[in-house]
Amino acid sequence: MSTVSTLAESTVAQAVLSVRDLRISDQANGREIVHGVSFDLAPGRTVGIVGESGSGKTLTCRAALGILPVHFEVTGGAIELDGRDITGLAPAEWTAQRGSTISAVFQDPASYLNPSLRVGAQVAEVIRVKKRAGRRAARRQTIELLRAVHLRDPELVYGQYAYELSGGMLQRVLIAAAIAAGPRVLIADEATTALDVTVQAEILDLLADLRDRTGLALVLVSHDLAVVAQLCDEVLVLRQGEVVEQGPTREVLHHPRHEYTRLLIAEHEQYGLDRFLAPEEDV
Amino acid sequence: MSADAIPCTRGGGMSTDAVLTLEGLSVHYGARRRRRRVLHDVNLSIAPGETVGVIGETGSGKSTLARTVLGLVRASGGSIVVDGEEVAGYGPRQWRALRRRGVVQYVFQDPLRSLDPDLTVADSLAEPLLVQGVPRAEAATRVRAFLDRVRLTEDLLDRLPGELSGGQRQRVAVARALVTEPRLVILDEPVSALDSANRVQVLQILKELRDDGVALVFISHDLGSVAGVADRIAVLYRGELVETGAARDVIAAPQHPYTRLLVRSAPTLHSAPADRAERDALRALLHA
Repeated sequence: MSTVSTLAESTVAQAVLSVRDLRISDQANGREIVHGVSFDLAPGRTVGIVGESGSGKTLTCRAALGILPVHFEVTGGAIELDGRDITGLAPAEWTAQRGSTISAVFQDPASYLNPSLRVGAQVAEVIRVKKRAGRRAARRQTIELLRAVHLRDPELVYGQYAYELSGGMLQRVLIAAAIAAGPRVLIADEATTALDVTVQAEILDLLADLRDRTGLALVLVSHDLAVVAQLCDEVLVLRQGEVVEQGPTREVLHHPRHEYTRLLIAEHEQYGLDRFLAPEEDV
Repeated sequence: MSADAIPCTRGGGMSTDAVLTLEGLSVHYGARRRRRRVLHDVNLSIAPGETVGVIGETGSGKSTLARTVLGLVRASGGSIVVDGEEVAGYGPRQWRALRRRGVVQYVFQDPLRSLDPDLTVADSLAEPLLVQGVPRAEAATRVRAFLDRVRLTEDLLDRLPGELSGGQRQRVAVARALVTEPRLVILDEPVSALDSANRVQVLQILKELRDDGVALVFISHDLGSVAGVADRIAVLYRGELVETGAARDVIAAPQHPYTRLLVRSAPTLHSAPADRAERDALRALLHA
């Protein structure tokens, strides 16, 4: 885990993703759903967004990916990717950005794969399209990627179908597809939510490993504050589209200011493992 | 590793005898060449008023364990003693008679599938009592008494399960398990489908039940949700109980490599994030 002390300076200097007072509205009824989210994310760093369903955390991510649902629009603020405002991009420009600069994985990996195609071919397709690689090169690179996401026996997995793989393995395949074109930012939106706790830890370890090795910047979205606490430098707590708390992870965990954050922390302290494990020294 | 009963009389049960004792329990699915071992030599004893958390990953056999104790799956070996009665060899009729007595009740993960969609909350809750021959008026009175215990209001009595929120539905399922005043309630992933606020509420209700002396078997994949409620924790791994002990000991000083990985994998707020290398070493050990 990296320290948070240099966060402020480093992000201002070289943020790869900058969200500035982002506002998203539902054009169907004119209601604003996300009321001003801001954060800076530097390469190799991780920002966490915590909130329950309907808090606007997924809409925020989708805005950064240019895949807001119909009716929803960015009505204020800016999203800068690599220094360039992307809120007004045309569809073709978005297609060029996605995968190459910013990428994502979501909950329920099985629903993002075609059940009738071998999973390897689906990862290879990303490489063929995004990196204009030939068939054979794409296959070779895919197998390297499957190895990089710690799938045992990547050659075997390449030829398997989605139904033959466990939830954890499918999520690894999707992470491989998401990083295939070498993006600088990866959004993981509830990417470990449906997984067993030990598998969840495997996926979080993998994301941390990719971040540390390649300088990938991570946006980790979860309903569980403890999941976010595992590898984030900075945390945003969202409630009903409002950022109710934001700051370095340690600060938020030890000195929560908002009642809702305190509630999330109390739940873990009362019912989680924290009661039985030795607390950190620097409380 | 042994799974001895810890003598426990807390909760003031009528006797100190275990409400549930499993000895050498095994379960197989499939026949002949497809025969697959799902549970192997499971030994576990639940004292009156005791709460035991059974932890295991997907496919570890934890739901099979619950279903075997309820007579929904047939044991292929070993003994199941429920409230002093050996039930492993029971046929369907004997199981029905046992269930009707309401000594053992159960709550499953998805209340939408365990509650009759065409029965109102009031009818669903009264049914177990009517089956026992309790007069309708008395059943209605007893149902009302239990609503309060699960923090439901009387205006919900006329609703159908589909008209309730997920948290309300699960509390109805808990109330339904309680109306016969069971000595043992088996809960299979009771809070896994609930959001944070509802999870806390159901866990709080379970704590109160425990304090009232009802024995609970709380089955979950999530050590975190069990940790706050269970007196003892039993860890099921690939069909075997690999570790059983006081909740505090199992979490603070896990012995089996799988339990160690489980504890090191659980996201916590304040403890130092476990070393990735340590988890990697445990994974290598388990997959060797």
